[in-house]
Amino acid sequence: MTVATPISLDALRIDPVRETERITAAIREAVLNQLRRKGAVIGVSGGIDSSVVAFLCARALESRRLQILFMPEADSSQDSIRLGRLVAESLGARSALEDISPILQGARCYQRRDESIRLAVPEYGDGYKCKIVLPNLLEADRYAIFSVVVQSPGGERRKVRLSREAYLGVVAATNFKQRTRKMLEYYYADLLQYAVAGTPNRLEYDQGFFVKNGDGAADFKPIAHLYKSQVFQLAAYLGVPEEIQRRPPTTDTYSLEQSQEEFYFSLPLEKMDLCVYGKDHGIAAADLCAALDLDEPQVARVYRMIDSKRRMAQYLHAAPVPLPPAEA
Amino acid sequence: METAATEQRIRSFIEATFFFGQIDSLQDSDSFLDHGIIDSTGILELIAFLQDEFGIRVEDEEATPDNLDSIDKVSSFLRRKLDGARSASAGREVEGK
Repeated sequence: MTVATPISLDALRIDPVRETERITAAIREAVLNQLRRKGAVIGVSGGIDSSVVAFLCARALESRRLQILFMPEADSSQDSIRLGRLVAESLGARSALEDISPILQGARCYQRRDESIRLAVPEYGDGYKCKIVLPNLLEADRYAIFSVVVQSPGGERRKVRLSREAYLGVVAATNFKQRTRKMLEYYYADLLQYAVAGTPNRLEYDQGFFVKNGDGAADFKPIAHLYKSQVFQLAAYLGVPEEIQRRPPTTDTYSLEQSQEEFYFSLPLEKMDLCVYGKDHGIAAADLCAALDLDEPQVARVYRMIDSKRRMAQYLHAAPVPLPPAEA
Repeated sequence: METAATEQRIRSFIEATFFFGQIDSLQDSDSFLDHGIIDSTGILELIAFLQDEFGIRVEDEEATPDNLDSIDKVSSFLRRKLDGARSASAGREVEGK
């Protein structure tokens, strides 16, 4: 009789030494041989993903072949640049600061976003802050319907459900941020004949937590196969500064602090990792309950949510569709 | 309100909004989620349709697959909401006498 091994967070353990060797060899092959570029451009946000990508690229290509970019805007956390600089200094890599706020203002990013928020909260204006949140999808079987949380200049908070027009308006406007950053990364890539490194991890890549032609665009994606908890394991091995390893993951897109669980994932990231792993390995919902400290209907709900997000992500992953050639 | 007429209005909306006119295969009991017909943005469209077209208010806690995940379920939910609104209105009239 065979006894099934209980599933636990250990299922996501990797050998960081071997994985680093494997990834760095692949980066060298991709950048120098396949793409025929002289180095890598990396937008560093001070978060764990972009920091790990920078450290991996430094090992693969040497620091002199790196161009690190800090691209804050009006809603960025003050920590983003400071921690980004810490990465560049740790690696001895060249870096540049590009404040993207003027470009965003030129594109009317903030104005368009605020007009959309005012569809739900008419008084929203100067001095207000906002973020987009999802309900807790574990508590009950409900749809992932977005609300906006606004904070008045006096500090009073309100949460209002968004209409389709308001939600799409806010997302379309804020997506300028990721696309503007990518535009600048390719400016440097063209200037230096470098390749652009993508920073999405497997959870983001799988669940469509990226902007098409924004942070989803890149010439190579060194950690798109790694679950978030595996990125943390590599960070510890690579010596990413402790403060970055301890920093709670955030989208750094809205003026109110917003966790990734709040915006996109309804579970702590390490648990979400395990659920995606379970889906990928055909593990029954019942067999994940103990490791996740959830009951079976909750795990089944997460599985449905994963499927639903994968369906939505298909468009984000889709390459341009070539039309059939004209008949002669 | 005639159930058949309500279901037809819902079906027409689903057809026009999510199927681009090719809905023959969808049964009234088919799950929108399981068939990949409606995502979370689509649910916002469905809610707006129900609110605008039938004059009801869909509360946050009512936005669940139990209420909105098939033509049958939407139709039943709508009937309950409209019956509830009618009862409340009748109650007010009695109180007012």
